[in-house]
Amino acid sequence: MVIVGMLLLVSSAEAHVQHGGAVGFTTGFCHPWSGWDHILAMVAVGVWGVQLGRPAIWLLPVTFPVIMSIGGFLGLVGCPLPGTEIGIGLSALLLGSMVAAEARPPLWLAVIMVGIFGLYHGHAHGTELPPNEDGLSYSIGFVIATGCLHGVGITLGLVHHWKAGAVALRIAGTVIALAGVIFTWRAIG
Amino acid sequence: MKFFGQRKNRVTGLAFLFFAIGLPIRAQAHLVTTGLGPVYDGMEHMLLSPEQWIMIAGLALLAGLNGPSTGRAVLFSFPVAWLAGGWAGHFIQQPLPALMPAMTLLIVGGLVAADLKVLRNVVPVIATVLGSFQGYLNGVSFGAANGITLVLLGTAIVAFVIVALGAGLVVGVQGWRRIAVRVAGSWMAAIGILLAGWMIRKP
Repeated sequence: MVIVGMLLLVSSAEAHVQHGGAVGFTTGFCHPWSGWDHILAMVAVGVWGVQLGRPAIWLLPVTFPVIMSIGGFLGLVGCPLPGTEIGIGLSALLLGSMVAAEARPPLWLAVIMVGIFGLYHGHAHGTELPPNEDGLSYSIGFVIATGCLHGVGITLGLVHHWKAGAVALRIAGTVIALAGVIFTWRAIG
Repeated sequence: MKFFGQRKNRVTGLAFLFFAIGLPIRAQAHLVTTGLGPVYDGMEHMLLSPEQWIMIAGLALLAGLNGPSTGRAVLFSFPVAWLAGGWAGHFIQQPLPALMPAMTLLIVGGLVAADLKVLRNVVPVIATVLGSFQGYLNGVSFGAANGITLVLLGTAIVAFVIVALGAGLVVGVQGWRRIAVRVAGSWMAAIGILLAGWMIRKP
C-alpha cells in the first residue's frame, strides 16, 4: 500500500543529479532516493528476496549493491555501457513482474538477473556524477542508502506471511512493472 | 536475561560501528594538532579518518567471524604491525599507490562477505600485512610531526580498541546476525570498488 501510495506521487523519472556538486556523504546518501526508477527497482529486489525466502532474502540485496558498485566504477572511469536507461527501465519492469508473479526461478538465475540490473543502475550513477573532492564519503552514503532501500523492500515484503499481504505485494509488483513500462517507453522515446 | 543482555550489547555495538562508518567526515590525510599532546593527536587522526575506521572495522569483523583464537591473534598482531609499518613509513617517506586504500577495503569487505572457514589461519597474516600497510601510510602522511612515536602509538591504541570491540561483538554469532555482518562486509567491498572509481576518474 505504501508503494502504491508513493507511486501516486510519481512525476518524472529523474534518477540522476543533473547539476551541482557531489559534496560527500549527504549527496551520496540522497542520490539513490532521487529517482523513482531506481527506488522501485531496489525496493522490488528486497520484496522479491522475501518472496523467494532464504538464502535469496539476503543474497539478492547483497548482489545488487556490489554489482552496482562495479557498474558505478565503470561509469566513473568512462567505460561505456550501451542502453543504460533502457536497462534501468527494464529492471523495474522485470523485477516488478517477478514480484507480481511470485516467480521462483533458480537462485543462480535470480542472482544473475539482479546483478545485470545492478550493473545498469550503478553505471548510470557513475556516469552522471559530477567531479567530487571526497569520493569516500560519497561512496559510503551511496552504498548505505542503497542498502536502506533494499531494507525497505524486505520490510515491506514481510507482509508476505499473510495471505492478504501476499496479494498486496503482487499488486504492488504489478504497479512497479507498469511503472517500468513507462520508464522503458521514455528511455526508448 | 544474560543472553538478552549480550544480544542487546552486540546489536548496540554493531549499530555504533555502522554509525561510525557512516559519519560524514572528510578523510584527512595529514595530522591535525589537538593541543592535547601527540598521543591524542594520533587518536584524533584515526577518529577523523573513515577510510581507516572502515578497514579496521572490517578486519575486526573478519577476525571475530573466524573465532576467539583468531580474534586474539589479530588483536595483538595488527597494532604491532601497524606500529612497525608506521615507523617504516616515517623513515622511508615513499608514498604508495593511491588506489591501495580502496583495494584494502575491497579485500577486507570481500573476505567478510565470503565468510570462508578456510581463512581461519590466514586472517592473522592478512591482519599483519594490512596493519603494516596502513601504518606505513600513516607514517608517510605524518611527515615531520612532533613526537612521531607517540602519535603512532595513539593511532595503534585506537586500532587496538576497534579490533577488540568489533571482533568481540561478532565472535561466535550465528543466524541472521552473522548474515548481517556479511552484508556489512559486502557494503565495505562496494565502497572500496566505488572509491577506486573515484580515484581513477579523470577530472
